[in-house]
Amino acid sequence: MAIEGAEIVKAAAFIGAGISMGLGAIGPGVGEGMVAAKACEAIGKNPKEAGLLTRTMLVGQAVSESTGIYSLVVALLLLFVV
Amino acid sequence: MALDVETIVSLAAYVGGGLAMGLGAIGAAIGEGYTAAQANMAVSRDPKNSGEIFKNMLVGQAVAESASIFALVIAILLLFLDVPAPTLLKAAALFGAGISMGFGAIGSGVGSGYPGGKACEGIARQPAVASQLTTNMLIGSAVCQTPAIFSMVVALMLMFINFGNAPLFPTWAAYLGAGISMGLAAIGSGYGGGLAAGASCEGIARQPRTAANVTTIMLVGQAVAQTPSIFGLLVSFILMFKSFPESTALSASMALLGAGICTGFGGIGPGLGNGMTAEGAVRWVARNVEHAGDLMRIMLVGQAVSQSTAIYAMVVSLVLIFVV
Repeated sequence: MAIEGAEIVKAAAFIGAGISMGLGAIGPGVGEGMVAAKACEAIGKNPKEAGLLTRTMLVGQAVSESTGIYSLVVALLLLFVV
Repeated sequence: MALDVETIVSLAAYVGGGLAMGLGAIGAAIGEGYTAAQANMAVSRDPKNSGEIFKNMLVGQAVAESASIFALVIAILLLFLDVPAPTLLKAAALFGAGISMGFGAIGSGVGSGYPGGKACEGIARQPAVASQLTTNMLIGSAVCQTPAIFSMVVALMLMFINFGNAPLFPTWAAYLGAGISMGLAAIGSGYGGGLAAGASCEGIARQPRTAANVTTIMLVGQAVAQTPSIFGLLVSFILMFKSFPESTALSASMALLGAGICTGFGGIGPGLGNGMTAEGAVRWVARNVEHAGDLMRIMLVGQAVSQSTAIYAMVVSLVLIFVV
């Protein structure tokens, strides 16, 4: 069975998409979890500011999410564009 | 030197068995070591209750041990498995079974050690609630074992279900991917669930009157932290039971293998992150029980955001399986 160059490229793109999204999901998952844990701590200490703390948590998590979204974009590019 | 099919199947079973037990031993040993370390600290703090602490340590370690006992069972089954009709596809399935169980036992083993250790510490702090602490520890560490149990289920299915005459290409990659998806996705959930359970034992020892609230939020937090391992289970079921059209193209196999890798690795971070969030929420419910409702809400919002990358990973896997 001879494997052609284009076939290898396609196979590499598929496995690369899996690795990109898989490994890329680790960091945001942990990071956002830490943010939320500290937000719980902060609300426990100062419940009156719950609204402000929720907002800060969500903004912080959104920034931390960005690398996960980059991974998703790269995975989708590898799947459908390259 | 030409290898016949029987030799390759034995090779896969033996290497799979070695991986199952070798990787599977990591987590439980670390978790039990943590429990024992905390028990020593607790005994030095309160030598009068050493009997109670010792008993609690052994019970906690026994639960943490179960993840590696699952791995031992799978490893022994793989070593002595009698394969009636050896095929290359069976070889891939057996290797996948070893990977699923080996990686799947890591998180649950480490995680279950936390509630054990914190309960020992708590008994030294608050001997009056010793039995309540042991009960809470058992509930928490039992939930931590779920990802390891999922991994064992997937391993047993890969070993014993007769999948019929599926074409070797690309089904080999589907079976291997099923093992990778479940095994890796179990790591984060098991560990994360343990963090939440540990915080709840600590919290009950500090504030025994909040026990009901603390146990409730622990269970909710652990249930959400379990989700990434359920995604892993879902993707491995799809990979095992969907029939794939025969294709000798390399890309068809790599798409299925990539799907397993994606959901598997993708579950580690969110599982761990959700567990950290639950740990924070549980700790502060114990200290500030009047605001348990606020804390539950913020925990669930935070966990939902942290979950999103596991969902992206599952979406990419499903695209790899069904679309490309």
